[in-house]
Amino acid sequence: MAIEFMYPEYEVLRDPDRCIRCRVCERQCANEVHTYLPEKDRMISDDLKCVNCHRCATLCPTRAIKIVKSPHTFKENANWGQKEITEIYKQASSGGVLLSSMGNPEKYPVYFDKMLLNASQVTNPSIDPLREPMETRVFLGGKTHEIKRDENGRLIPIKRVKLELSMPVMFSAMSYGSISYNAHESLARAARELGIFYNTGEGGLHEDFYQYGSNTIVQVASGRFGVHKKYLDTAAAIEIKIGQGAKPGIGGHLPGEKIVGDVSRTRMVPEGADAISPAPHHDIYSIEDLRQLVYSLKEATNYTKPVFVKIAAVHNIAAIASGIARSGADVIAIDGFRGGTGAAPTRIRDNVGIPIELALASVDTRLREEGIRDRVSLVVAGSIRSSADVFKAVALGADACYIGTAALLALGCHLCRTCQTGRCNWGIATQRPDLVKRLNPDLGYQRLVNLLTAWNHEIKELMGGMGINSIESLKGNRLMLRGVGLTQKELDILGIKHAGE
Amino acid sequence: MNDTVIEGQVRIPSGCAISGIFSRSGKRFSGESIIRSIEVMHDRSNGLGGGFAGYGIYPEYKDYYAFHIFYDTLKAKRDCEEFLERHFDIINLSKIPTTKVKEITNEPLIWRYFVLPLPTKLSESQLTEEEFVVKSVFRINTDIEGAYIFSSGKNMGVFKAVGFPEDVGRFYRLDEYEGYCFTAHGRYPTNTPGWWGGAHPFALLDYSIVHNGEISSYDANRRAIEMYGYKCTLQTDTEVITYIFDYLHRKVGLTLGEIASVVAAPFWQTIGQMDAPERERHEYLRNMFASQLITGPFSILVGFSGGLMALNDRLKLRSMVVGQKDDMVYMASEESAIRIIEPDLDWIRSPRGGEAVIVTLDKNASEV
Amino acid sequence: MKRVYVNEKWCLGCHLCEYNCAFSNSGGRDMATTLMGVNIRPNIRVEEGEGVCYAVSCRHCEDPLCVKGCIGGALSIEDGVIEIDKSKCIHCYTCIVMCPYGAVMPSEDGAVQKCELCVKTKKGTPACVAGCPNGAIVFEER
Repeated sequence: MAIEFMYPEYEVLRDPDRCIRCRVCERQCANEVHTYLPEKDRMISDDLKCVNCHRCATLCPTRAIKIVKSPHTFKENANWGQKEITEIYKQASSGGVLLSSMGNPEKYPVYFDKMLLNASQVTNPSIDPLREPMETRVFLGGKTHEIKRDENGRLIPIKRVKLELSMPVMFSAMSYGSISYNAHESLARAARELGIFYNTGEGGLHEDFYQYGSNTIVQVASGRFGVHKKYLDTAAAIEIKIGQGAKPGIGGHLPGEKIVGDVSRTRMVPEGADAISPAPHHDIYSIEDLRQLVYSLKEATNYTKPVFVKIAAVHNIAAIASGIARSGADVIAIDGFRGGTGAAPTRIRDNVGIPIELALASVDTRLREEGIRDRVSLVVAGSIRSSADVFKAVALGADACYIGTAALLALGCHLCRTCQTGRCNWGIATQRPDLVKRLNPDLGYQRLVNLLTAWNHEIKELMGGMGINSIESLKGNRLMLRGVGLTQKELDILGIKHAGE
Repeated sequence: MNDTVIEGQVRIPSGCAISGIFSRSGKRFSGESIIRSIEVMHDRSNGLGGGFAGYGIYPEYKDYYAFHIFYDTLKAKRDCEEFLERHFDIINLSKIPTTKVKEITNEPLIWRYFVLPLPTKLSESQLTEEEFVVKSVFRINTDIEGAYIFSSGKNMGVFKAVGFPEDVGRFYRLDEYEGYCFTAHGRYPTNTPGWWGGAHPFALLDYSIVHNGEISSYDANRRAIEMYGYKCTLQTDTEVITYIFDYLHRKVGLTLGEIASVVAAPFWQTIGQMDAPERERHEYLRNMFASQLITGPFSILVGFSGGLMALNDRLKLRSMVVGQKDDMVYMASEESAIRIIEPDLDWIRSPRGGEAVIVTLDKNASEV
Repeated sequence: MKRVYVNEKWCLGCHLCEYNCAFSNSGGRDMATTLMGVNIRPNIRVEEGEGVCYAVSCRHCEDPLCVKGCIGGALSIEDGVIEIDKSKCIHCYTCIVMCPYGAVMPSEDGAVQKCELCVKTKKGTPACVAGCPNGAIVFEER
């Protein structure tokens, strides 16, 4: 029906002077945008199918292809933008809830970009990380200041469950099913090589990856998919997932067509059956229930592993975090409203939750006011885009950060935000064997290692510049931050001063 | 005072000179020598703060807390004394004796009280005696405007002012005091006229700290220590370092050596080379007390009852030497400050970064 | 000696190697203008079928049948690389018949052509290896 027609948002531009008809674009596009017409010896493209993932543009050996935003436009309107209008058309046509992938792309403030860092001048020296040790090792887990001594008065180290990270960054929860086997393998191998951790998400742990158990955080979410004794025993830590920044308050849904083969076995869900994670854990309707699950998991693993509780950043986050800190959890992971997802209802993704910077600042402040900050570590996510974001998060009070989207970008993701179709041209968010194979983990893991090695260098440079040679002296060191263009209220919540103060 | 911003309203980094003299045998000596020592390093201060701490100086009142208090106004004095009378048994009170020195101006009222907590108030509070004193000091310093307790230990006292340290020493007639240990500080704050309370040493109970440096971990340390009931009202490095020492030593129960392993922790690569038990202990200390690690340049002298400790930051970004002659131990920013009072030393050396040098009174030291 | 190896597991069948090879051996400056309208004759070719794809090129055998069979002395082994001197090729195609991998083929001018690991074009990594988007073609010592 003509009324349902929507002009494509992006157009494939092919330079006829550069296209040599090698047909690489045609072979590589899972959306079948490109076609070769032998009778005319020409390549043509169907822009309607293009998701702007850049696979063709990056593989084109003669740089003949570019994707541009279509100049085709609605009559300008400051209220009714293209997005609002086309979404109405889509819903009028389908009667369904709109779905989206990856993090909230809307124009909300990014507070990381409104904070600037300090450096030493004259009164104390900066430290050159190439000449002096510069330490980024982090421990996650609660701390105690009680001490014990033996009969000779020597200190007895008290053993607390903990994770040791070579740098304050980990790979956040992305399930096998939402991402491919090869993506998982890349993350697992990179975590091992880097001395950090990756997170299974709620997809279970493929048996091939048990060998990376000491660098694995396994997730226990509301669907309990893939959870069994060996799963828990194999891991270095267990994460109870309460919520996710991209879709606070709702569960998950992996459609039956993706529950095939290994994914079905790993999730312990029959082939072809939908894997539906309920919105709440049906055994957690209140904070005291959470405490029971925390201790059930600790009992099940003989108190050998830290338990994380992951929550989405919502309005009352400080009080919620305070409750979790008293629940016996060792680590609280907070996912901001820009956190990524393989699929979420658009309205929820784009309208629910609060920025991670504000959530982190208020949680850290609140836990300190209550004198319980030492009981837990804080890990933040959604969205950490660079080493500078990591650095600012630590200065605000985080112990470490989770990265998801940044890791996927390193693996080739071009943020086309159509993960929900399952036709990821980069072999990441797909289970189609011919597409999965496009992500060679030998290359993928190396790119992840490269990325975080680079970030760690940058973190060390930033630390050295401000005369700090160990990351723990940066944690919560908010004097190292200054706001630019923020209101007094925002500065108060962040607990920082304005630039120039 | 009204039109300038003072410590507590703004964070003031500063460079400095420090010196300390300690008699292991407990022999008491006059404050004259510490003035001469710090005077040599005149150029390391800029006249905006100087001060001294003396240990063993009040033998006749050694069982009482000696409160040294600055008052900006008579009203502050009245309010403070009213508070003290309600909570403490005041055994003696007097003006601290001073001499007019032309370089020292704008002095506040400076009073000294020897006190003990009232037994009824103490038992009501359910606190230890020391904790009761600490809480009272914090209360006066934050709640009574214009009153500031800058010394609160037993058989020890702090004397400080705005000025060059040698002028401050003469102003307080330090040569008339005798003790087994003195420390001194000359201040070089970088952005304010200085305030008498902001001069060093900074003291809480028997702990006094003189410090040279500007720590980069300040706000991490401050926000951590404030969780344990301390209030960093002055926003100075020395204040937070003092609280960290008080917390780790008095409240947690770490030894001074262990505290050095926390605040100036060895690097991980060094810890990795230690034998297993030692390595485990250091890993444990660095993990559990991560927020008490101090980074950035510092050299500090920590005075406490019966001892003195010198410590440099982990990279030794500030100068400090230690020397000895017979039972006397000398610690200073510069060797010259030691040579001027004892040219003929048994030895002198420069401790490594993070290496704590701790001296205490000999077992058979004379009564102090 | 370093040789070109292909890992079937990661070969996507995109055929980029063929174009990179053709361009590398053409001596041209710009791929678009060099290969425009040209029916390329690369020394590496992607074999496909039944969901399997695999790029095939000369293996630079240690005891090569092609060299053995060459009656004109056009094929020779230089530092392990089997090279072709086209001026000596008499177009008898014995080598093409003898190569078990189908890695030798006639060129446009009639003389045979084969992969020479890009030694005659540029130093370093062969073009097929450098351009493979999935690390399926590697140049390594085994």
